[in-house]
Amino acid sequence: MIAECRLEERLIYTICGLLEGIEHIATGMASPIPAGAALLRRELSGASVRVSVLASRRLHAFTDGGSEIFDLAAQGRIGAFFLSGGQIDGQANVNLVGVGEYPRMDVRWSGSFGSSFLYYLIPKVILFRLEHTVRTLVERVDFVSAPGSSDPDLYRPGGPYALITNRCLFMYDQTKRCFTLASLHPGESIESVTENTGFEFDRPDIVSTTTAPPADVLRLIRTKVAALLQDPYPKFAAEVFG
Amino acid sequence: MLESILQPGVDKLAAMIPHGAKVAVTKNQSGGPAALVRALIRREIRDLHVIGVPTTGYVADILIGAGCVATIETSAVTLDEVGLAPRFIEAVKSGAIRIVDSTCPAIYSALRAGEKGIPFIPIRGLIGSDVAAHRADYKIIDNPYAPGDRIIVLPAIVPDIALLHAPMADRHGNIYTGQDRDAPLIAHASRQTLVTVEKIYEGNLLDVPQLAAATMSSIYIGGVALAERGAWPLGLGEDYSEDQAHLIRYRNMAVSEAGFADYIRSYVVPVAAHV
Repeated sequence: MIAECRLEERLIYTICGLLEGIEHIATGMASPIPAGAALLRRELSGASVRVSVLASRRLHAFTDGGSEIFDLAAQGRIGAFFLSGGQIDGQANVNLVGVGEYPRMDVRWSGSFGSSFLYYLIPKVILFRLEHTVRTLVERVDFVSAPGSSDPDLYRPGGPYALITNRCLFMYDQTKRCFTLASLHPGESIESVTENTGFEFDRPDIVSTTTAPPADVLRLIRTKVAALLQDPYPKFAAEVFG
Repeated sequence: MLESILQPGVDKLAAMIPHGAKVAVTKNQSGGPAALVRALIRREIRDLHVIGVPTTGYVADILIGAGCVATIETSAVTLDEVGLAPRFIEAVKSGAIRIVDSTCPAIYSALRAGEKGIPFIPIRGLIGSDVAAHRADYKIIDNPYAPGDRIIVLPAIVPDIALLHAPMADRHGNIYTGQDRDAPLIAHASRQTLVTVEKIYEGNLLDVPQLAAATMSSIYIGGVALAERGAWPLGLGEDYSEDQAHLIRYRNMAVSEAGFADYIRSYVVPVAAHV
């Protein structure tokens, strides 16, 4: 019998659904679940989808150094990317620097990486945070590595599309500049999400449950996708797929 | 000829770097100059301005922990899958070092400006972020070709010295860097480049088209030293992978000052520690 769907597998499948129609999907460092989702999208959509997993040695076609991905984004050649952050707030501002007063912060993280640029240029940026608490999803970030939106006169073809966590999926509303609760993962409720979210968000009257992948897709995740994730994310592959 | 720039060892190469120098290093995946940096610690270098291109990790963390760094300028300091860089975190929180936060493409573009001998370069994005807000040296201008289109400009980055580890040098001082394209970028932008290499190529790298395609000429190079496994514990392209077990050991030791001092005694002071 097929073992029950794990949260990571449900997230891979859900994110994959958000990537339909995108020609080139890129994933950055520390992003095994987005990488899995991008690779699953390619499996389901065929060779027309290009996937670039930065953390890998073989799953990308960059030949011109570390700046190539940023140049591709500026040229409009990347359709989707993923960002996480120590803190994310209700306006989709992302903080990868730290907590407290800059520069000598109480908590300091690695740094903004390419977020201060990619968030502006890639049309669909999917935020992901696997710890969903009032500590991580805050009312207002302490430091804006990358803002969720900009003045309308600023050149900005890209921005937030969705936020997925270990509790739920939010979609980003570009007009209202806030998140709308789209689905709840099994075991979660509107109450559990509200209690653990530091920002206000919209929601419909009825919120569906995040769907699990059908059996054939789950098999694909556990075989083809799992095998491809071995090189960039050996620890993750071992933990999730055994 | 190489004889005038080939140093008899990594410590002699390290002696060429002055206190207070602005030094550029490439990211963890590009094969950092770890052996050369350990030699810098041995000679107790001070007040470095380290530029992580566009990120850095182990090499910056050990320099910071050893008290060699006044300023770190980069978009992130990370040990990747192993986690945060402990000495960096500690030093930023205590104020022991100055952090100049950036974002990856800004570092790349600013180095391009240095490479081209121009004073500044524009880049998209950044406007409205706190990264930009805390950079008095970043200026917002009006696009001269499209009034009303605001864009941010960055001053050129011109490091005093680029520190590299590469697969090969030849006896003419040409350096083969393989598929890594960030190495030539920092060499072109910097006033000089000091390189450790895995081996010497007997011949002229520029005579073989496939090698020449991934070689930079000696015009950029101030000094070369042989250092087998000179990127360890980081990896070097196809030559060897990173030693993640050692990076985990490093992280576990470096979380405390005493543990870090122990790491220096065990792995930095003895020259051939990795053998």
